[in-house]
Amino acid sequence: MTDVAPAPFRNEKALRRLKKRRAADARFRLYGLSAIAFALLALSVLVASIGFQAISAATYHKVGFDVVLDPAVIAPKGKDTPADISRNVDGFYALIRSNLQGTFPEAAEDRMATRQLGDLVTRLAVLPTAKWVSENPTQIGQAATIKVPLSDDLDLYLKGAVSKEFRLRLGDISAVTEAAPRQVRLTGDGAFKALQSLIAVQRQEVGDAVDARSILISAGSTTGRIMSLDADAAEVTLLTGSATDFSNVRPTARMIELPETERNVSDLQIAWTLALKDKGRVSRVPHTSLLTHTDSTYPELAGALAAIVGSLLTMMVTAFIAIPIGIFASVYLEEFAPRNRLTEIIEVNINNLAAVPSIVFGLLGAAVFLGFFGLPRSAPLVGGLVLALLTLPTIIIASRAALKSVPPSIRAAALAVGASKMQSVFHHVLPVAGPGIFTGAILGMARALGETAPLLLIGMVAFVADVPVGPTDEATALPVLIYSWSTNAERAWEPMTAAVIVILLMFLITMNGIVVLLRRRFERRW
Amino acid sequence: METTMTESRDVSAAGITMDETQGLTFPRIECKNIDVFYGDKQAIFDISLPIPDRSVTALIGPSGCGKSTFLRCLNRMNDTIESCKVTGEIIMDGENINDPDIDPVLLRSRVGMVFQKPNPFPKSIYDNIAYGPRIHGLAASREDLDAIVEKSLRRAGLWDEVKDRLTSPGNSLSGGQQQRLCIARAIAVRPEVILMDEPCSALDPVATARIEELIDELRKRYCIVIVTHSMQQAARVSQRTAFFHLGELVEMGETDQIFTNPRERRTEDYITGRFG
Ligand SMILES: Nc1ncnc2c1ncn2[C@@H]1O[C@H](COP(=O)(O)OP(=O)(O)OP(=O)(O)O)[C@@H](O)[C@H]1O
Ligand SMILES: [Mg+2]
Repeated sequence: MTDVAPAPFRNEKALRRLKKRRAADARFRLYGLSAIAFALLALSVLVASIGFQAISAATYHKVGFDVVLDPAVIAPKGKDTPADISRNVDGFYALIRSNLQGTFPEAAEDRMATRQLGDLVTRLAVLPTAKWVSENPTQIGQAATIKVPLSDDLDLYLKGAVSKEFRLRLGDISAVTEAAPRQVRLTGDGAFKALQSLIAVQRQEVGDAVDARSILISAGSTTGRIMSLDADAAEVTLLTGSATDFSNVRPTARMIELPETERNVSDLQIAWTLALKDKGRVSRVPHTSLLTHTDSTYPELAGALAAIVGSLLTMMVTAFIAIPIGIFASVYLEEFAPRNRLTEIIEVNINNLAAVPSIVFGLLGAAVFLGFFGLPRSAPLVGGLVLALLTLPTIIIASRAALKSVPPSIRAAALAVGASKMQSVFHHVLPVAGPGIFTGAILGMARALGETAPLLLIGMVAFVADVPVGPTDEATALPVLIYSWSTNAERAWEPMTAAVIVILLMFLITMNGIVVLLRRRFERRW
Repeated sequence: METTMTESRDVSAAGITMDETQGLTFPRIECKNIDVFYGDKQAIFDISLPIPDRSVTALIGPSGCGKSTFLRCLNRMNDTIESCKVTGEIIMDGENINDPDIDPVLLRSRVGMVFQKPNPFPKSIYDNIAYGPRIHGLAASREDLDAIVEKSLRRAGLWDEVKDRLTSPGNSLSGGQQQRLCIARAIAVRPEVILMDEPCSALDPVATARIEELIDELRKRYCIVIVTHSMQQAARVSQRTAFFHLGELVEMGETDQIFTNPRERRTEDYITGRFG
């Protein structure tokens, strides 16, 4: 062994070193992969949670009302102008309320119930109808089906977002006996056995808290609340409908986990909603109003249109200011500026500016544009100006990097055939740097699109009910809308907020898609 | 100014009464007492050098001796280097082109340059050639421009290889073809002087031979100054040679004389390869 000359490449030491190096390589690759895996995981959790929330806001429930557009109600003056009609919310709402009261006469028995019935549909929900009628006056006096959004809480209930609910089919009911008005006793052989065992199981889990839960029983359009039961019979307080339904249709029981006192929808409202649904008057439709309505205090009526348009206007102002200035500044600094102290100071400060927190730009905008120049508050013009300042450093830095990457030999070649400095820049350098510059510009714009803080400071958080048409109109922007909706207390805003986030993400993805396309198209062209 | 320029150019292009044997002896360019500074550092020391017309002048010398720097004085490309300062006179057609009043852009349209590394524009072959004539307004019509492109490519010996793909990018050519494209680009603006800075250093012997042939051909019409590290190349293509060392002009003269019978010891050492 020892007298054999050691193999030059496969000796022990070399092999050991090779093994060690391979192990180090593998380890490093593992670190890299796990870092990427973690980033991807975080991203997918984020997207999934937002997407999951937003999905529930992609559709919503509308109720249909067959009404006669009675001129005495909707145009009481007799010579109402279209403007009067379109503003006559009370009149149109009266049509809906009386329809509801006709459908559910039991609500007339006490004022509480009357109010709760009215809450099924928000008063302002009739605005689009009023507008439609004012534009089509021939409809006055005609019968029409009005579809209006269901109140947000009941919408959430139907989407299963209000409370966990145990639902089970009960056995056939053989006899319905009326003990008192609206108090009935339902009997059926073993009809309530399954429900009884559910209650027993739940009692084991949560104890006596189970007694606070509402147990509703529905058959057809009829719903009652079960007050007590044994395996073969139950005492039921009728909420809506007629007790005879129980003997005709096999009933369903619902145990609602959240006690009535802790939720925004009462048992009575649930009963009515179920009845409307049973009658086929409730339909789940795409939530298009999210894109066509402006902001509202009622989630079921609110939409992001004003914010989308506001964002677009703001971005337009930003683009018109930041992109040309950014490009000219970077071309000057990269191609024309003498290399001296002053240029260096400017460069360092541009880099510093890119790191300034956006809220500082907001303060500056409020002080300079609003305070000094007296531009209108909440206007996309001011928002665009502030965001232009914010994105300018980003665009300049990206453009300079793009210009720097143009080989100097191209400049020399242009000069050597007798092109002027200007011609060499505009004919040769800029076309080569173009895709890089535009990538920077679009990424800068994407950053601006997502900015909230500076817009808050210049008042673009205002509640905007009209779609802005010009850069000086009052407006808000998508990220600000997200912010203000997310601070609302009502549960229904959560999915709405997520939906707007998705809209914003769509914009950003589109912009980044354009960047990718630009790169693909031009980068490897020569 | 523009019109007289064009006329004089036409005359020189039409005056094909050239002396085929050797370059005409009257100097096309007369450099007098050139000093070049990069910041505080002097790179060229008091160089005076006449450059004859219709012949090839080779600049040789060890690396860093200032050949490129000197060459760049002739079309004022040193202007683009911020720290660079050139003093002295460079007389061309009776005018000192180093004068601040002279428009370097105009000068460069008369003094073309070919660089060490081929540097075609990131554009089509056609546009590479057409760019110069376009910005100088040398073509009145599309047909004119086509003719200029064809003529330039033919002169550069590239026409047959690229005539079917004029629209493909200049960078898609091989290194040697790219260099000939750059030469074609330089001659398309009808210069009177062509400066070449080690035009063959990135090329293989076959491509080098083609370029050398081309230079020999171009010599009949232009005044050519070439920087080269290859003694053989200098001997093959040039009629006159100037040897630089440490920023100074050591010796200049007929190429034959320099290579066979140098006056200076340093020249001889360099040429025979005994130089550090
Ligand atoms: N842009 C510049 N800034 C400062 N000094 C420079 C610059 N260009 C050249 N120099 C200096 O000037 C001197 C001459 O350089 P030059 O490039 O002219 O040499 P060269 O003879 O062309 O060399 P090579 O044969 O290696 O190309 C060198 O000392 C070099 O360091
Ligand atoms: Mg050189």
